[in-house]
Amino acid sequence: MSSAIEARGLVKTYPAPKSKNKRKSKNNGEQDRVRALDGLCLSVPRGTIYAILGPNGAGKTTAVKILTTLARPDSGAAAVEGVDVLLAPRRAREVIGVVAQRSGADPTATGRENLVLQGHLYGLPTADARRRADELLDRFGLREAAGRNASTYSGGMQRRLDVALGLMHAPKVLFLDEPTTGLDPESRTAMWQEITRLAGDERMTVLLTTHYLEEADRLAHRLAIVDQGKVVAEGEPGQLKDELKGDVVQVELPARPREQEVRDTLTQVPGVRDVLVVGRGVSARSDDGAAAVPSVLAALANAGTPAVSVTVARPSLDEVYLRYTGRRYSEKDEVSVA
Amino acid sequence: MTAIDFPSRSRVSLLGPLTDTWYLTGRKLRALARQPWVLTMGVIQPVIWLFLFGDMFHKIIDIPGFGYQGSYLTYLVPGIVAMNAMSGNMWAGMSMIEEIERGTLNRFLVSPASRLAIMNASVAEQAVSTTVQTLIIVFLGMAGGARYPGGVAGVVVLTVASILIGVLWGALSNMTGMLLRSREAIIGVYTFFMLPLMFLSSAFMKASFLPGWMQAIASRNPLNWEVQIGRSALSATPDWSGIAVRSGALLVLAVLCVAISVRTFRSYAKNV
Repeated sequence: MSSAIEARGLVKTYPAPKSKNKRKSKNNGEQDRVRALDGLCLSVPRGTIYAILGPNGAGKTTAVKILTTLARPDSGAAAVEGVDVLLAPRRAREVIGVVAQRSGADPTATGRENLVLQGHLYGLPTADARRRADELLDRFGLREAAGRNASTYSGGMQRRLDVALGLMHAPKVLFLDEPTTGLDPESRTAMWQEITRLAGDERMTVLLTTHYLEEADRLAHRLAIVDQGKVVAEGEPGQLKDELKGDVVQVELPARPREQEVRDTLTQVPGVRDVLVVGRGVSARSDDGAAAVPSVLAALANAGTPAVSVTVARPSLDEVYLRYTGRRYSEKDEVSVA
Repeated sequence: MTAIDFPSRSRVSLLGPLTDTWYLTGRKLRALARQPWVLTMGVIQPVIWLFLFGDMFHKIIDIPGFGYQGSYLTYLVPGIVAMNAMSGNMWAGMSMIEEIERGTLNRFLVSPASRLAIMNASVAEQAVSTTVQTLIIVFLGMAGGARYPGGVAGVVVLTVASILIGVLWGALSNMTGMLLRSREAIIGVYTFFMLPLMFLSSAFMKASFLPGWMQAIASRNPLNWEVQIGRSALSATPDWSGIAVRSGALLVLAVLCVAISVRTFRSYAKNV
């Protein structure tokens, strides 16, 4: 098998947060548990960058916690590099490197001390740990800051130190949980280059979770869209976009329309399908977007809801996301990249 | 330059817990050495108590039947040492919460490092910081006029007893931190126990002067055992068999508390 990561039917529930209405939580049944993962399956080919894309709360972090031996699923199975993470967590820990969302670096220790300790915990002798630490400090541009306490590092430096910590023992599989959240655009680009290099030069398998569509599109060889604890779409970014076939016609209306009415109007236009209404926006697919525009506009005008603007676009990951989750990748989910 | 041979930990797992304890303790002690004011600040309040009470109640010693050879300041030292061991190690749970929140603990948990070693490092740090603070109190007491006929051996026994109290309390604090994940809970537990345990002991007053019910509680109060051990060891004629029995009891209690906190930690680590 050339799978670096395998997950089958992962289910994980948590007790629901205490509700203010006490009567509601009296029946201590299944209903009182939140399903973070609902039968999640993954198969990550060796040596690839694989992105798990989804909004906050979709179950990305829970999946990573299970795959990195931090949590146990209610049911299902998972293996990393052929090692069962539930049956042999210790052996699994040796082959994986983990960069969590929260910086795990010790702020009261220097960058180099953090790295050397990490090496020791993975069984490296002191001399090797120091050499490997210097190697990584150079590579991540932390040489100058190596002797300073990590608490003095900038956000970008701290994130680089986190990644260096995850690489200290040259893992076969690297987990990156939202590696660029909170980074400025420059640090983000640098991080992307580094991740690409890891999979390319070092043949490492990288699994990253992200809620940035652009990140998944630019970086990942394959990606899985996760929604409500399940994989709803999986494949290469290009392939997923191609599957949507044709163009997207997006129309903006002056006011929030009656959804059903607009849908009925547009599905009667020849060559138009997959009509979706989100707020004042209406989107539909067509094999030839430009040709469909006049008839779409005419149909809307006839129905008494003339359009304010119209655009035709090639399918983007945003469209893929919309197609499989029934929701637009809203701005609420996507943290602005300021 | 030869390539680094990345070892498989499964091969060297026998020594693992020991070496991991060594490195993780090193991390804690380095942080301690880098912030010496943390230890110093912690010891200030107990020292204030020492001199405030020592001066305020110095005549207590003259009450007929008190029968203590030495100054009231000397009488107070073991009690203040116990108080410090308790309050100082309250912070163990605080730093545990901090490491959980910061993600440092999870970083250790996804590594092959021994779980036991992570807790061992915490206990070792408590032992070192309690020792340093105990010695500070002993020396400041001496500078203020306290005298210890028991000599170096007495101070060593007092220090060991204070370490046991410190480890015991540190384990409880860690457990509270892990279970409740709330700094307020730790402070609550501490303030709830601190003063009653201090006053339901012979730390400030000869035990036989206490009302009957207080004496009954004091004889079962581990903090009081530490005070009795320390006071006896620092005196000219230590009661070694009494010291041995009480130290043994403290040791059993400390081991028990650490064992429970390790269990709590293991169940925490299974489902972060």
